Amino acid sequence: MKSKALTNLLKETADLYLFTIRFFKEGFKPRFEVSELINQCFYIGNKTLPLVGITGFIMGLVITIQSHPSMKAFGAESWLPSVVSVSLVREIVPVITALICAGKIGSGIGAELGSMKVTEQIDAMEVSGTNPFKYLVVTRVFAAMLMLPLLVILSDAIALYGAYIGVNMKQVISFQLYSNQIFSKLTFSDVLPSIIKSFFFGFAIGIIGCFKGFSTKNGTQGVGRAANSAVVAATFVVFIIDLMAAQIADIFSIT
Amino acid sequence: MSSEKVKDKNIVIQIKGLKKSFGENNVLNNFNLDLKEGENLVVLGKSGSGKSVLIKCIIGLMFTDSGSIKVFDNEVTELSHDELDKMRVKIGFLFQSNALYDSMTVRENLEFPLRRHWINTTKENVNELVLEVLNNVGLAHTIDMMPEELSGGMRKRIALARTLILKPKIILYDEPTTGLDPITGKEICNLMLEVQKKYNTSSIIISHDMNCVKITSNRIIVLIDGKCYATGTYEELSKSSDINIQHFFDSIIRTV
Ligand SMILES: Nc1ncnc2c1ncn2[C@@H]1O[C@H](COP(=O)(O)OP(=O)(O)OP(=O)(O)O)[C@@H](O)[C@H]1O
Ligand SMILES: [Mg+2]
Repeated sequence: MKSKALTNLLKETADLYLFTIRFFKEGFKPRFEVSELINQCFYIGNKTLPLVGITGFIMGLVITIQSHPSMKAFGAESWLPSVVSVSLVREIVPVITALICAGKIGSGIGAELGSMKVTEQIDAMEVSGTNPFKYLVVTRVFAAMLMLPLLVILSDAIALYGAYIGVNMKQVISFQLYSNQIFSKLTFSDVLPSIIKSFFFGFAIGIIGCFKGFSTKNGTQGVGRAANSAVVAATFVVFIIDLMAAQIADIFSIT
Repeated sequence: MSSEKVKDKNIVIQIKGLKKSFGENNVLNNFNLDLKEGENLVVLGKSGSGKSVLIKCIIGLMFTDSGSIKVFDNEVTELSHDELDKMRVKIGFLFQSNALYDSMTVRENLEFPLRRHWINTTKENVNELVLEVLNNVGLAHTIDMMPEELSGGMRKRIALARTLILKPKIILYDEPTTGLDPITGKEICNLMLEVQKKYNTSSIIISHDMNCVKITSNRIIVLIDGKCYATGTYEELSKSSDINIQHFFDSIIRTV
């Protein structure tokens, strides 16, 4: 029983690997489905922006409020903006954004492609001489790769604004001073790794959603399962990538 | 008589010794078939006998186990992906489940195959073609509707329109009239005949609907146990004393 589950897991990992290889083979060959790519970018942005924005704001606010007492205990209250901003930009915002996207985009792609699969729409594309892999998978993965860094940058800005309000709740500080404090500590080497990281988050979310959707079986029930397992797997992989990114950043000592 | 006429013509699809199994389930076992140019060939067979599998193998949606499938002298099982795409443009495929793109409007559904192949690049040409096929199936007013707003029969006709829009040389119909009322079913059959005459297409038609078979068929193949059990015209087979064949024709007597 257990060995069967293990075999399935290994088999699926191997299939995902082959799927990824296929993506690299077909993703950089013409013809490029540019208009569908732009559609997908809009769709992803549209679907996730409100939630990502609100979550970013609340994260900034909450982290600041909760860090305040301990910073105060050390008498380092004036350090609050810079400390909070570094942890927001480097870790919290990218990961939270990726998790939200894993939930919204991953499940969306999984369900959409899954139901297209079981209603033979993917076969219909193939039969009409369109490569469904290029039209559906390549566009969605690239869209996720492009949009996640953008969403993270946007969410960074909103979170830092949330943190500003958090700081202002305990002490009065001008926005000018606040941003001076932030940007004296927050450097390019904080921002760049988080952007690169979110690029990989986007790739993982897109490819896992597409993979689960494309390998959907067993009708309607399978669609639900595809959407669900896309979220679970994407979430898991987001954390793995985060862990790896931290290690790599450590090796190159961009800390 | 009509079968005499098509006998000398070129063969567009030739299947030899086709085998296809799913695990233990031998669906097609040494199946042979010839489709001649301009011919409507009906494949009769019980539910689950492998008719859908057969035409999916022809268009390369399913891999075969062994045997040869030649379409316009191309060996389908050996084509590369790009070559397969090129071949598929010349073949229309009507899905049993219609397989309309449900996130697109009727217009987008019809434009989709067109835009892919750059057959007509100008917008006016695309529009014209879309309207032409929609008029052919009598559904011009549905052009901006979503598939879910259409009835089953309308969806079938839109699917047929989408199949026709690339002006294919061969059409594979998977149960074009199943689930439709007799009147709409007959309309679809007449449409199929019209298409055959107008564009000189060759078709393989899968159907249980003997009224449709009677109207559309030039020749019939009976598929039993994964093999070509018998072949002949509607008149020939309906007179057959073989009980396996007779079963198919029984239904028409009961339903008429
Ligand atoms: N993807 C698949 N995986 C496993 N078995 C399959 C698959 N597709 C079809 N089969 C099996 O192949 C056999 C033939 O199926 P097929 O869909 O060709 O039947 P059919 O003749 O079209 O029947 P119907 O008239 O009901 O549409 C069935 O026994 C089915 O179980
Ligand atoms: Mg079938």
